[in-house]
Amino acid sequence: MPGITREEVAHLARLSRLELSEKELDHFATQLDDIVGAVARVGEVAAEDVPPTSHPLPLTNVMRADEVRPSLTPEQALAAAPAVEEQRFRVPQILGED
Amino acid sequence: MSTATSLVSYEDALEKYDPVMGLEVHVELGTATKMFCGCTTALGGDANAQTCPVCLGLPGALPVVNAKGVEGAVRIGLALNCEIAEWCRFARKNYFYPDMPKNFQTSQYDEPIAFNGHLDVEVDGEVFRVEIERAHMEEDTGKSTHVGGATGRIQGADHSLIDYNRAGIPLIEIVTKPIVGAGARAPQVAKAYVAELRELIKALGVSEARMEMGQMRCDVNLSLRPHGREKFGTRSETKNVNSLRSVERAARSEIQRQATVLDDGGSIVQETRHFHEDTGSTTSGRIKEEAEDYRYFPEPDLVPVAPAREWVEELRAELPELPRVRRKRLQQEWGVGDHEMQSALNAGAIDLITATIDAGAPADQARKWWMGELARHANESGTELDGLAITPVQVARVSALVAEGSLNDKLARQVIEGVLAGEGGPDEVVEKRGLKVVSDEGALTAAVDDAIASNAAVAEKIRGGNMGAVGALIGGVMKATRGQADAKRVREIILEKLGVG
Repeated sequence: MPGITREEVAHLARLSRLELSEKELDHFATQLDDIVGAVARVGEVAAEDVPPTSHPLPLTNVMRADEVRPSLTPEQALAAAPAVEEQRFRVPQILGED
Repeated sequence: MSTATSLVSYEDALEKYDPVMGLEVHVELGTATKMFCGCTTALGGDANAQTCPVCLGLPGALPVVNAKGVEGAVRIGLALNCEIAEWCRFARKNYFYPDMPKNFQTSQYDEPIAFNGHLDVEVDGEVFRVEIERAHMEEDTGKSTHVGGATGRIQGADHSLIDYNRAGIPLIEIVTKPIVGAGARAPQVAKAYVAELRELIKALGVSEARMEMGQMRCDVNLSLRPHGREKFGTRSETKNVNSLRSVERAARSEIQRQATVLDDGGSIVQETRHFHEDTGSTTSGRIKEEAEDYRYFPEPDLVPVAPAREWVEELRAELPELPRVRRKRLQQEWGVGDHEMQSALNAGAIDLITATIDAGAPADQARKWWMGELARHANESGTELDGLAITPVQVARVSALVAEGSLNDKLARQVIEGVLAGEGGPDEVVEKRGLKVVSDEGALTAAVDDAIASNAAVAEKIRGGNMGAVGALIGGVMKATRGQADAKRVREIILEKLGVG
């Protein structure tokens, strides 16, 4: 069994910009461990002849022609943006000083 | 210069260390629409006017692959002598940065569409084989403008503004295997590789590959190891090196910087570095995230791509004449050596020279103008040759005016200057600036008489059979006519007057 550690949860939380309390870290470590363990059972039934699958439908090469379709207007595109400036999405500071 | 930080010279660096490079080139495909949606890829549109629920990553929107994008990737792979995957998938590259509204970039991870290829490049007439690791499909990011803080830099900015018009434009990332054994020529190999790749992409017609417009961008990974050591050193990754000249300079500057750090007993940090066009050096960016931090996983919203073998073979059969083969043919036709041809390639002049010849100029003239006068102008203004405000047809016209005797070389240079300055076509500049060779016999004869009269001793030498002295008299006439005399005719008149020849 994989065994998800508290440190791994803290690392993932940092990558996802989620602030988790000490209590939550313990809680999610146990919970994620259970989830990963449950999903890992698939590996027990998948034999050598079953290829890894990432999609439920047996399809390949679903493509479209390179033809332009109408886009949204800038107003529509920006309608749900928390902040707008100069017809652009305004986002908070990305990096601090060097 | 302080002793502690003085930079190790390039020669000294190479004496001690062996550079190993890896080059990553991103090419924006010239498709009409984005990779996963039907938004136009046209340049210069109004901010955020070319987006839709798919490229904005709105909930429930589903991507569909652009067939032309896949075709472009396969064609690039084939031209790079790659194997084409029989089956491959897209993957999500997760990262927390607002240039992708989805919070991930759709890319490919362990199943690239093309892999294990090579591209032969020439440096100083020697063929150097660059091995290709992979070429994979992905999408471009949005464009950020950083507000507040110093000079538009991300560090210290107060906030940022994002335009997602570019987000989702098809990108092909081409990654080399470690390039070893180039030694002191590593920077030249890097430049020649990017130049060759650009020619290849243009020949395939999949992109215009204009580096100054960001349609082709290069990251230079470089590390040093002491001579004789097998293991590679720690590498730095210099991002967004956006001209051929910069590729060479960035590699050179990193070799010197790393050698300085190592000589000082320090160690190289694995990090992203930024190249500065003005100083030709790099500065530290962010510490490189580990690959697993991107938490790649197969993209569940897209089904696998499985290029049929028959289709791949059809595309292979339709590949155009490849640039190196074409260059060999042109080299024969132009009657020039390896070195001249390589210079023309590095200058991005091959197509321009060819077009000038097609417009009626003799090969030597077409080459002379592009590689001489025009290359000088491009260099001075810091642009690429094809960015100059003169067309091959106009260069051919200048060449024709010289051939018919209306212009001499000196006047032709002034005409080119006028065209570049936006004064109109060659004929218009000739007209406006009054640049015509003086071939009016009366005026020329008078000027020759003057020259003979004021250089009696020289004239005497010529009468005595010293033809080498004629140049001095021609020079006098040219000076008197401010360079507008037809030098050939002047010579004839001088010889007639002096009763020789």
